[in-house]
Amino acid sequence: MSQVISLHRREEELIKEIAELSEQNFYACYQCGKCTSACPLTFAMDEPPHQILRFLQLGQAKRLIESRSPWACIGCLSCATYCPKGVDLARIMEALRTVHLRRLDAPFCYTQDDGERLSTLPQSALVAALRKVTW
Amino acid sequence: MSEEKKTFGYYPGCELRNRVKGLDLSARRACRALGIRLKELKDWTCCGGLVPQVKDNYMGFLAPARILVEAHAQGFDELMTLCTFCFNTLRRAAFFLQGHAEARKRLELFLGVEGLPRVKVIHLLEVLRDHVGLDRLRESVQRPLKGLRVAPYYGCLLLRPAQEIKLDNPEAPTLIEVILEALGCEVTDFSSKTDCCGSYHIVTNGQVAGQCSDLILRSAVKSKADMLVAMCPLCQFNLDWRQKQTRTAPLPVVYFPQLLALALGEPVDTLGVAEPAATALSALGSPT
Ligand code: SF4
Ligand code: SF4
Repeated sequence: MSQVISLHRREEELIKEIAELSEQNFYACYQCGKCTSACPLTFAMDEPPHQILRFLQLGQAKRLIESRSPWACIGCLSCATYCPKGVDLARIMEALRTVHLRRLDAPFCYTQDDGERLSTLPQSALVAALRKVTW
Repeated sequence: MSEEKKTFGYYPGCELRNRVKGLDLSARRACRALGIRLKELKDWTCCGGLVPQVKDNYMGFLAPARILVEAHAQGFDELMTLCTFCFNTLRRAAFFLQGHAEARKRLELFLGVEGLPRVKVIHLLEVLRDHVGLDRLRESVQRPLKGLRVAPYYGCLLLRPAQEIKLDNPEAPTLIEVILEALGCEVTDFSSKTDCCGSYHIVTNGQVAGQCSDLILRSAVKSKADMLVAMCPLCQFNLDWRQKQTRTAPLPVVYFPQLLALALGEPVDTLGVAEPAATALSALGSPT
């Protein structure tokens, strides 16, 4: 899938913040795509995992904090297990969510589920899902 | 103190107190049968569910750190867990806190303790492998689970991240298989054994979780398993939920300690096994 992006302006400040929060070196990635093939949730993402790394290398971060992908990521660490370069994408995904949550003025609308269904769900799922939006 | 006499601290976690009592019950029975002494941690609290994965979030480690402090104060140097979420969170937190002086300092201040203790967080599987040993386990089997074809499902958090969890090979694990074989089961070749079940997406988007579960169920059925053995209450919930939703012929999902206790001679009706696994296991007959 080809996309046109403008490289005139690198969003340095955001890139730096994401690198610091995640403690990952984006430039280690050589775009082999193993993370994307290992990820069980690419079907729910708008940007596949390896493409997220590519955008970060190219200084394009804003589109990533607006992307659905970090919210689709469940932190299963398949990507990190198979990455030959030791990149931990789950940390990058969490850094993107964190920047999103810390910058946005509007509260993040997470679920509109009814209480009855919620009461049937496992506690571990509820605790984990809520933690995802409170970092 | 001899290995036999060692008492492990035991952290059940919220799920085992409520929805999945059978997991707790069967593990306690199995441990008793093997002479493993467990003592439940007093006044335990929620493990926190996940560990933070960004640099500056120290407070996310507070819940697991408090449990480690409590375990140490109650005299335990090893704390056993069963739920994969609790195991992953506590083990990762223990690993992180050992390597991060700044995090330790802040959490010590917050918790009002001097020095965060070193407590080893372990899983029942490790107790079986490292303290009981496969030979003794094999000898303790009263009712070999002969003829039962089981798909061994690890899921993601039991093994990953491998450099912190250090339980088994994260790409091609064999620990559950060797233990199940010691119990007499036939283990199927199940390609989705380390895939994610969709996890807590079940809260916000059941369809997304369901698609993840589908792959695992299909792979287990393809391996011609009679049932799937799960370690984690959330994996079990997602797999069962998806099967109800899609109204497929159900593949029974059973918890690992339930099979373990059964093989050790415990009666199946005391292990909290849910249907349809209960009927399938009752057909195995009495201990020899
Ligand atoms: S697996 Fe690692 S090196 Fe390969 S594309 Fe993904 S992040 Fe980059
Ligand atoms: S941790 Fe996230 S990005 Fe990585 S494989 Fe799992 S869901 Fe995909």
